Amino acid sequence: MSAQTKGAAIRMVHDADAPHDFTAENVLHGLPERSRGPVVLEVKNITLRFGGVVAIKDISFDIRKGEIRAIIGPNGAGKSSMLNVINGFYHPQEGEIWFNGARRKPMKPYEIAKQGIARTFQNIALFKGMSTLDNIMTGRLTKMHTNIFMQALWAGPAQAEEIEHREKVEKIIDFLEIQHIRKTPVGRLPYGLQKRVELGRALAAEPDLLLLDEPMAGMNVEEKEDMCRFILDVNEEFGTTIALIEHDMGVVMDISDRVVVLDYGRKIGDGTPDEVRSNKDVIDAYLGVSHD
Amino acid sequence: MFYRETGDFKTSYSADTQTFPIKLDRYRFWAIAIFAGILVPLWIASVPRQSAEFFVNPILLPFLIFSLAAIGLNILTGYCGQVSLGTGGFMAVGAYACYKLTTAFPDLNLVLVIFASGAITAGVGVLFGLPSLRIKGFYLAVATLAAQFFLTWMFSKFGWFYNNSATGQITMPPREVFGIAITGPDAAPWATYFFCFFFVFVMGWAARNLVRGRVGRSWMAIRDMDIAAEIIGVNPLKTKLSAFAVSSFLVGIAGALYFGVWYGSAEPTEAFGITLSFQILFMIIIGGLGSMTGSFLGAGFMVLLPILLKKLMVDMGGMEVAVAKHIEIVVVGALIILFLILEPHGLARLWQLAKEKLRLWPFPY
Repeated sequence: MSAQTKGAAIRMVHDADAPHDFTAENVLHGLPERSRGPVVLEVKNITLRFGGVVAIKDISFDIRKGEIRAIIGPNGAGKSSMLNVINGFYHPQEGEIWFNGARRKPMKPYEIAKQGIARTFQNIALFKGMSTLDNIMTGRLTKMHTNIFMQALWAGPAQAEEIEHREKVEKIIDFLEIQHIRKTPVGRLPYGLQKRVELGRALAAEPDLLLLDEPMAGMNVEEKEDMCRFILDVNEEFGTTIALIEHDMGVVMDISDRVVVLDYGRKIGDGTPDEVRSNKDVIDAYLGVSHD
Repeated sequence: MFYRETGDFKTSYSADTQTFPIKLDRYRFWAIAIFAGILVPLWIASVPRQSAEFFVNPILLPFLIFSLAAIGLNILTGYCGQVSLGTGGFMAVGAYACYKLTTAFPDLNLVLVIFASGAITAGVGVLFGLPSLRIKGFYLAVATLAAQFFLTWMFSKFGWFYNNSATGQITMPPREVFGIAITGPDAAPWATYFFCFFFVFVMGWAARNLVRGRVGRSWMAIRDMDIAAEIIGVNPLKTKLSAFAVSSFLVGIAGALYFGVWYGSAEPTEAFGITLSFQILFMIIIGGLGSMTGSFLGAGFMVLLPILLKKLMVDMGGMEVAVAKHIEIVVVGALIILFLILEPHGLARLWQLAKEKLRLWPFPY
């Protein structure tokens, strides 16, 4: 990237800094229909460094209720680091994160999960020793509270809680069409199904914001189509706000409402798929640019 | 072909979450429970004391007590994935707590004393579990090894723990429950057996309930992938410490029974040495990590194997006792290596495989 385009990218980031009144006409103007809900999550001027390496530099964007927001960029652009910042696994050196209208204090990942952010992982991170059912039940751990003594006795409240959550989980199992593998240890499942179980585990938490890290990586066309359908259905039926990282541009352009483009830890584009597609910086980042 | 796994349909989630979803498994469990809890004590009470002691002291009591300790360690290592070599030390805590409580409060009911010993051990376990937040795997094993040596050293160093007795030993005073002697020289074999059985049954049942519910799932999540577990909302601190607490509680009760009911007197470095820790670790490795059945199978195996080998080599083969003892150590060591290489999930997994094979037998297709 030439010095000139870098300068342009930085200017763009500053232009995109969101003012504080998110419902004001001037903010909503130009946003696609589905992206006009209240802001669920906003990251402001996030900078993340590992020693001398700057993984993310001064990035700001927002995710609005009910939309599907894609984060794209070449390898090493800082996409997964961004998700790790959002769910508290990394702590950025600079910048603020606003979640559901409040500024978030530095928190442990499990506290953030309790607040309502769930995610799936680039490399499947299921609990290999447990069945599909148990894996999805772990997604509801944040909502189960009976104390350990009741659990030991399997007494009234503990059993009632278990059954109540089992019903919710069974709905997700039905939704994802994985009834037949309910009691199979997940280690034995094929890749595509494992990805689906992982989505189920994230859904079980009934999150306000669902982060999907490359939900379609390594899948064949049919599995990708299935996964797209599930993502769209989740968004439509449960109204879940989704932020996803994906490398398959066809998929991204088809299903997302707005796209953020990162490159070398900087934001180089933000907008609807059409806007992003015609953005010169984005084209340069993906196709390369001649240094003349 | 009475045993069938099919055709047993469930219409409610509570029926589906039972420990034994298959009806015949359930019947078998209750049959074993009634046999072990009622028929065996009755039989022991009916035979002469000498022959009863022949079965109870070297076989039944160690089996029950080690089963309980193995369940305890299995919760920590098999379910929560935290390797511990401090089991012997924690059993010593249970034993010394039991000793101090019985001597300090002579009127306290023995059942309460044993549970209180478990609770004290749970506290100590949590304390030594704190490093598990920072260190994992091999290094945690070494940290718990420190617990093992520190605790046994502490119990032999400070006179307060053994009431300044001249020998440095602790001896369990005779105690009764409902007028029946449980500890001391007058305790009847059936009573000691039933007392231990009661604790194993109750604690085994509670442990099973824990591992199948919320708590168990968070333990297994930490075991299988701790980072993912934290990101989906499992608090690693609480989860690991609860595993240490529950595990130590069971191990502490096992230690109290080991000293109070089985041995009657003990000396810390000998009775609760590193060998004991390893023995219980071997039980869960051979029996099956992360399996309740495995804890029992492993304990039974490790208790019976030396007796069988001794019978074979000394009584039948005419070998010298010392030589036989060494061969026994070699055999156990070889078995552990074999299990780790061939079947890391132990006897419990072998049992499952045998069932799967038998399901189709004799026509595998």
